[in-house]
Amino acid sequence: MKVRDVIRILDAEVLVDGNLDTEVKTACGSDMMSDVLAFVKDQGMLLTGLCNPQVIRTAEMMDMHCVVFVRGKDIDPSIVELARSRDIIVLQTRHRMFSACGLLYMGGLRGE
Amino acid sequence: MSALTFTYEVPGDDFTRAGEASSDVKRKLKQLGYNPEAIRKVAIAMYEGEINMVIHANGGEAKVEVDPHEIRITLSDKGPGIPDVEKAMQEGWSTAPDTIRNLGFGAGMGLPNIKKYTDELRIDTKVGEGTTLYMKVLA
Repeated sequence: MKVRDVIRILDAEVLVDGNLDTEVKTACGSDMMSDVLAFVKDQGMLLTGLCNPQVIRTAEMMDMHCVVFVRGKDIDPSIVELARSRDIIVLQTRHRMFSACGLLYMGGLRGE
Repeated sequence: MSALTFTYEVPGDDFTRAGEASSDVKRKLKQLGYNPEAIRKVAIAMYEGEINMVIHANGGEAKVEVDPHEIRITLSDKGPGIPDVEKAMQEGWSTAPDTIRNLGFGAGMGLPNIKKYTDELRIDTKVGEGTTLYMKVLA
């Protein structure tokens, strides 16, 4: 699945643009960055309802290409700026975590 | 390539800045051409250590020495120390307050994760004086 497919499936807004043809093979949904750092391997995309700069830092450390903020929360500009400086695509969707993950799963994306 | 040393102050009063040192080290290792897996291991282990220093010890110092075959990271703080290292190494055991959990950390995975991503880990700690972590990742 490409990032542009994720945008279509989640009806997402692009907060930080990038190469939307980037291939996303697997994804992870979590609000606990500790768990992301502990259990995630080779996942290109993180879905989260947590809104702080450590989300972007975690994605950076894990070599993720894309972060999706769920539940349509307001994202602080500093988070957007940090992601832009790290070449991480940022999307925002109004879907809640469960629905967002379910929609992507139905679209063919898997967890591992 | 001879050994290079980078040092950082890890600020203790600003959670939003935690990880800046790890981020800088990651960029430097990329520029130096280390293999991606080694870089990722260093980045994750050091980031967890930085977060720990901010959560528990009001910041500290990070020193990173790189040579062609290994990367050595030393994280020192003057925090409260770890009373029971064995417990702290158990997955899920945490003393972090709820305020930190609300920020996405404090699940008791920090030290176990550091051990998982490093080839060597040594912890020197004394209650009331502080903690120093010595980590090594083979390149």
